[in-house]
Amino acid sequence: MLKDFLKGLWRENPVFVQVLGMCPTLAVTTKAVFGASMGMATTFVVVSSSIVISLIRRFIPEQVRIPMFTVIIATFVTAADYFLKANFYQISKALGPYVPLIVVNCLILGRAEAFASKNGVFRSFLDALGMGLGFTCALVVLGAIREVLGAGTVFGYRVMWDGFSNWIVMILPAGAFLTLGLLVGVFNMVDKKISVEKK
Amino acid sequence: MIKKILNNNTLRMITALTVVGIFSGAVLVLVHNYTVPKIEANKTKETETAIKEIFPSAAKIAETVYPGVFKITGHGGTPGGYAFIAAGNGYQGEIKMIVGVDAEMTTMLGMQVLESQETPGLGAEIVGSAFRDQFKGLSLAQPITYIKNQKPEKPGQIEAITGATISSKAVVNTLNKRIEQIRKKVKDK
Repeated sequence: MLKDFLKGLWRENPVFVQVLGMCPTLAVTTKAVFGASMGMATTFVVVSSSIVISLIRRFIPEQVRIPMFTVIIATFVTAADYFLKANFYQISKALGPYVPLIVVNCLILGRAEAFASKNGVFRSFLDALGMGLGFTCALVVLGAIREVLGAGTVFGYRVMWDGFSNWIVMILPAGAFLTLGLLVGVFNMVDKKISVEKK
Repeated sequence: MIKKILNNNTLRMITALTVVGIFSGAVLVLVHNYTVPKIEANKTKETETAIKEIFPSAAKIAETVYPGVFKITGHGGTPGGYAFIAAGNGYQGEIKMIVGVDAEMTTMLGMQVLESQETPGLGAEIVGSAFRDQFKGLSLAQPITYIKNQKPEKPGQIEAITGATISSKAVVNTLNKRIEQIRKKVKDK
């Protein structure tokens, strides 16, 4: 049970290991707070759709499962989008089209197909929650690194010394690729060390 | 009968999809009803905040017959003017601004950027007050022009942001076009 939850955080981390959902990962992580909001919206969608799909998995005809998953996912994405627009207007404006685009995040369809449609509600819930949180953590780390170097702040708080000149490239798309590449490398290095120690 | 339906594959698919479709439709109607008034209120509030930045002494902001054009009445006879939305293509996407002019449309009173996707650190400086303040009190007797790397010398001229000429030009062009449109509309009335 606990494994279902934990694997999304590390061993099968959606961003660093499965390399899924790269579009929002690269596009919205100019600031830590955007990464956190995108992560939470995605977590909401993956958890709710996994629960619903797991609940009705016996009634889903094999041939039309993908369209059904998509309809269910799209419903939750639209709900999340409207909720953000109504209650967190500025964040929703900054995230722009990337909230509606959660529909096509393969992480979510991937969980529906690989886990929720084959397992019970509680296990699906844990699996989705782990994946969502793993995704959120990755986006926050990415966003924080880019924000520190590109704007000198973290979550809007100034952390760099006065006179620090911002590395604008970190906020531009190139910075997303640089940071992600380095993070995946560091992740693999740490992961290898852990598995060597285990042996 | 029911057993027959459940065994018929085509019917099963149609039923399943229909049921899911109806349910998600119903959920979305609820979400829509709950959030849309709030979203509209957010948008109105955003516009009003921007207008008040330009007209700090505004007593009344009323939308005219033209959508996106507001007539401002000042406190106790202080001069009002017009505020309107101006949008045009920037370097990477649409730049949406709110613009304030005096009642005769001879002087610009200020400009606020509502939405833009310009390059951070370069074009995004159009949002900064160093660039925006140049529009305060700018003469509208002639179309607005821009000059690169030196202080403006003619009336109605602003200095473009270094390294972001395209964004600066986009703002100037959008403003000129929109001011001309509004002028015609206000005259017609």
